[in-house]
Amino acid sequence: MSDPLLAVSDLVVDFKTRAGNARVLDHISLSVNEGEILGIVGESGCGKSMTALSIMGLIPDPPGKITSGSIKLSGQELVGMGVDDLCKIRGKDIGMIFQEPMTSLNPVFTVGEQIAESVRLHEGASAKAAHARAVDMLEAVEIPEAATRAHAYPYQLSGGMRQRVMIAMALACRPRVLIADEPTTALDTTVQAQIFDLLQNLQDEMGTAIIMITHDMGAIAELADNVAVMYAGSIVEMGKVDNVLSHPDHTYTKGLIACVPHLSTSPGPVRERLMEIEGVVPALTDLGKGCAFAPRCNAVLPRCSSDKPELIATQENHLAACWAAEAEMAE
Amino acid sequence: MGLGQILAKRIGYGLILLIAVVVLNFTLITIAPGDVADSIAGDMGGADAEVLAEIRSRYGLDQPFAVQLGRYISSIAALDLGYSYFYNAPVTELILQRLPATLLLVFSSQILAIAVGLLLGVMAARKPNSFTNLIVTFLSLFGFAAPVFWTGILLIILFVAIWPVFPVGGMMSALLIDAPWYEQWVNIAYHLVLPMVTLASIYLALYSRLTRASMQEVLGSDYVRTARAKGLAENKVFYKHALKNSLGPLVTVAGLQFSAVISGAVVVEAVFSWPGLGTLALQSILARDTPTIMGILFFSSLVVIVVNILTDMALRMIDPRIRAD
Amino acid sequence: MSDINTQTKDIIDIQATSSLREMTTMFFRNYAAVAGLILLITILLFVFVGPLVHTTDPFEMVWAPFTMPMQEGFILGTDYLGRDILSAMMAGGQVSLAIGLAAALVSIIIGVSVGAFAGYYGGLVEELLMRFTEFFQVLPTLLFSMVIVALFGASLLTVTLAIGVVSWTAVARVTRSEFLRIREMEYVAAARSGSARDLYLIFKVILPNALPPIVVQANLMVGSAILFEAALSFLGLSDPNVMSWGQVIGSNRPYILDAGFAVAIPGFAIFLTVLAISLVGDGLNDALNPKLRQR
Repeated sequence: MSDPLLAVSDLVVDFKTRAGNARVLDHISLSVNEGEILGIVGESGCGKSMTALSIMGLIPDPPGKITSGSIKLSGQELVGMGVDDLCKIRGKDIGMIFQEPMTSLNPVFTVGEQIAESVRLHEGASAKAAHARAVDMLEAVEIPEAATRAHAYPYQLSGGMRQRVMIAMALACRPRVLIADEPTTALDTTVQAQIFDLLQNLQDEMGTAIIMITHDMGAIAELADNVAVMYAGSIVEMGKVDNVLSHPDHTYTKGLIACVPHLSTSPGPVRERLMEIEGVVPALTDLGKGCAFAPRCNAVLPRCSSDKPELIATQENHLAACWAAEAEMAE
Repeated sequence: MGLGQILAKRIGYGLILLIAVVVLNFTLITIAPGDVADSIAGDMGGADAEVLAEIRSRYGLDQPFAVQLGRYISSIAALDLGYSYFYNAPVTELILQRLPATLLLVFSSQILAIAVGLLLGVMAARKPNSFTNLIVTFLSLFGFAAPVFWTGILLIILFVAIWPVFPVGGMMSALLIDAPWYEQWVNIAYHLVLPMVTLASIYLALYSRLTRASMQEVLGSDYVRTARAKGLAENKVFYKHALKNSLGPLVTVAGLQFSAVISGAVVVEAVFSWPGLGTLALQSILARDTPTIMGILFFSSLVVIVVNILTDMALRMIDPRIRAD
Repeated sequence: MSDINTQTKDIIDIQATSSLREMTTMFFRNYAAVAGLILLITILLFVFVGPLVHTTDPFEMVWAPFTMPMQEGFILGTDYLGRDILSAMMAGGQVSLAIGLAAALVSIIIGVSVGAFAGYYGGLVEELLMRFTEFFQVLPTLLFSMVIVALFGASLLTVTLAIGVVSWTAVARVTRSEFLRIREMEYVAAARSGSARDLYLIFKVILPNALPPIVVQANLMVGSAILFEAALSFLGLSDPNVMSWGQVIGSNRPYILDAGFAVAIPGFAIFLTVLAISLVGDGLNDALNPKLRQR
């Protein structure tokens, strides 16, 4: 089998904080192939965005640092690569969409210029050709009157429009991988659906691999091929979307799914009380020896607090890091 | 609203401010003890009451305040600022002779302060633990605390006694009065160095600190991360995306400071015998030459108003969000 | 009604006292600010206690002119008239500091009043007062105060007023924006619904809460007023019968090439004083500004 398009293996990222060393990513491994959509889910602060920034080589250093592990794009190692070379990959081979469309566009440049800039940089296109591409891209993300809007400044556009601009910008150089970091969190529900549709269509057209970071399980169910569930800097469950959602092994995943009414496996009226996972994500500076989720888990076993579970295959194409799941399997 | 309309509105408002300045000036002269007649009489070596009364009626000083004010404003509208009995010349002429020297000093020092301040500020923001950052911190303390005349005098001592490369007084060597223009210009530039650096030192400090602060804020913003994610090299991220956003505060402050810059120029001109408006103001104040003093106050306010309008327009160029207001 | 007012006042007092200790700790943790404070105290001791120890009359000609520092027993040398510079530094410091404080006070009184009324009433009052402020920003400050001093004579009073009258605009702006912010707060609304009088609200309810940035600005004003006075005296526009640091510089200026020290020493004194004040000001700013406190 050939190399996957993008492969992250055993990635460890540490942040030096006043409270001590925080391991924000703890031996993360994941991969995505051409034309695939990988969903990454989890609560805020569990390392989803940090995974994205690591792939982009954009971890703020200091205080952050990739301690070990590898990130390979078509077999080419990105960890430890020089900044100049990384700049040739960012925006060209890997594009990224951020979660805050309101603040992620530069207020003093027109949106057309912000898209064209990337095209000039990576393809050496002339100003005119780059501008034409910018207009094409704005059309592709279904912005009406694209030629006029290219001369608009971000403050003149709504949040949904700005996120479309961000997508156009990220896709302008036809990257092989697109990382979408909670692309719809800041938007209205109706606009959210439009943006997801748009991403799906563009992906069908261009064959781009997408890493979709979200806490919207509904979007994952609809769009993604594979899903990785993160908790406290680790991947706790990973596999084919259908399988993970219908037969989750990790208590945390079960909790996340239960939080979404219409996905809930339990019978009952749709308007049942929305479930919550009690407690909060622990501080990364004082993780104990055992499973990080143990203090919040409702199926906790004695060994959960002393040994950290590893990811093991629990089902076909399905991994989980949970002692309870392992025990169940053994039965 | 188009830029043209905004400009017209600003100019109209500027005119109102200018008239207010004139009214204030005139009121001050009127309520101050002694009047023009006294000072003319003083120049003549004293005069009796009859002569004083004659002078007063000749210059309309016996008219009611409102009438005098009206006359003063209408003559200023015709760019006639009165006649200096001390210099024996029309005030407008005197001022126009001295204005270029002051404008040269003020603008060159501002350009120097902005250029170096920006550079230092950006470098300091880029490397928070660097030597440059320390320099900016030090400069900003020094620039605020050091009296500008003291800085100038220290430079004079340095450049006379220790390292005599720059002239420390005047604007042009008297020997060059018949020399070709380019030799004169080079000589003027030579004379400009120390006054310019002295005046710039205050603002250099202010601008570098301001740039550092606004760059640090901008560098933490989401759109700078977007620019990096696009694959832009660090230089481009700094000098294109971040800098243009940091320029707004700098331009605003530079515009607001302009009347203070003119004040600073008065002192610097006195230190370096620079033949500009400041020197003229000082001489005419010591000579109680009221028409000239008022003329200078009027003209410098005019310059400040013009600069404020230009600043406003520049801000609108830089930031499209303000343009829309 | 009075109930509501006392309650509001209690809340404000509690806020003030609970954070006062925090601010003090914050201030004393800032080495630069503490250094500034120590420097400032040293200068005050030198200026006000110094004359008790060093009793030479600053106006008396005691030796040959331009005696170098540390010679003939003159620690800082003598000036162009052969007067003791050390005595002049002490006497001049008293005047410079006093004028600086008084002028700052004048500008703060004007600035706070203008800013408070503009921010409290809003609407037309605000518009007019802010236009008035803008008008004063257009006048080149030093030139304007030179004119005032020239027209009304150079005495301590006119110099102080001339400085105060031209430098209040920044205080007015800061005060106004604080008032605009605080005006909308709940405890103001509560006091207002208790039909408290406007003046009570402005000076007893809002002003105490608007103080932190005004204190910082006031501190800066003292520094710049000292610089301002020095510039005026340097230009020869101060009371010739009163000695100040600026005056020592101004009167010795024609002789800088013979005796640079006579000019450099008082200049250095001004520099140190303003430096100390601005270090303390930065410290106050960090301690009083809650937004920065998080860093």
